[in-house]
Amino acid sequence: MEKTVNQKAWFLVLPVFLIVAFSAVLPLMTVVNYSVQDTFGNNQFFWNGVGWFKELLDPHTDLGERFLASIGRNLLFSAIILAIEVPLGIVVALSMPRHGWQVAACLVILALPLLIPFNVVGTIWQIFGRPDIGLLGYVLNRIGFNYNYVSNDLDAWFTVIVMDVWHWTSLVALLCYAGLKSIPDAYYQAAQIDGASRWAVFKAIQLPKMNRVLLIAVLLRFMDSFMIYTEPFVVTGGGPGNSTTFVSIELVKIALGQFDLGKAAALSLVYNIIILIVCWVFYTVMTNAGAERPTQKEGVA
Amino acid sequence: MEHIAWMAWTLPTAIFFAALASTLGVMTWLAVAYPEAERVGVLRIPTTRGDRLFISLVLAAVIHLLWIAFVGTDPIASLPIGEGVEITSLWLATLISFGAAVAIFRTV
Repeated sequence: MEKTVNQKAWFLVLPVFLIVAFSAVLPLMTVVNYSVQDTFGNNQFFWNGVGWFKELLDPHTDLGERFLASIGRNLLFSAIILAIEVPLGIVVALSMPRHGWQVAACLVILALPLLIPFNVVGTIWQIFGRPDIGLLGYVLNRIGFNYNYVSNDLDAWFTVIVMDVWHWTSLVALLCYAGLKSIPDAYYQAAQIDGASRWAVFKAIQLPKMNRVLLIAVLLRFMDSFMIYTEPFVVTGGGPGNSTTFVSIELVKIALGQFDLGKAAALSLVYNIIILIVCWVFYTVMTNAGAERPTQKEGVA
Repeated sequence: MEHIAWMAWTLPTAIFFAALASTLGVMTWLAVAYPEAERVGVLRIPTTRGDRLFISLVLAAVIHLLWIAFVGTDPIASLPIGEGVEITSLWLATLISFGAAVAIFRTV
């Protein structure tokens, strides 16, 4: 780490910075301004200090209750989809062919859900799950399940989770597959000589080698599911009641439904901080993942 | 000032952003005038001054939010200006944040 860093190249980024200033920095500043004021429209604002933040972080107020409940729902949603998508993605990657034309076929089929726009995914599942005309909803009801995602909380959660698993497991699988492909054949040959079982090969060779891509997959899926808006909005609209109202849906309800700009601004700033922290962790882990090994070796030697 | 009325500027937020902008300006000047090497601190990740500033700022935001959530913003003193300007306990969070920033710049 003796190398000095020359930061002069950053001046070349200045034009981009000016564009970003207009498209992102000024609106963000406005959000900060809104978050400390109250307005009744007509560009008239009244100073409110940190009042909105106080309300937002206090579970006894309406705003705080809604915010904390939606954060809780969002974390539960992220935990469930991670618990399903990561193991499922690994299994899919392990069972994919390694050679021949089947590889290309598998990759294309796996990539298909990733290529569909979010609102189209939502519409597909919205129709697919309908008890009257949707294949899934109709079949489930005909074989005896009383399934209706419009009126039942659990059914709504089931639909949203299955939709997310359908949409994003391929991403985890593709990342894992890339990790698996990078394992040299020598490792498998050594395992074969040792007479290692399938499970031992997975535990000692494949899982450690997939470590990094799995980390990337987990962080990517966490961030995406924590910011999810379009799919549940199209399928359930946050209902029934508030049962699938995630943070971003709550935010839009407050900002555009009730037009409470101050509350919405405070909420989006806190939301933004959470996402920013996760992004930073993501970025730091990703950029340092490769650099970790040499420093460890130095430590050993 | 009509054309920026939609941005709803207030004096405190203007001071905040001016301070932030001048901090970034000073950091930019420092980076150009005194180039530095990355170093690995207690977090075991290589950080530059800019990284440490970023961590400090995010941590300051988190400290303020936690303070609002768990301690509150009751007034702790009042300055004898005009009718008396009340100082909320949130300034203590600001002091803690500065302390944390100093610690981060020295150890991370």
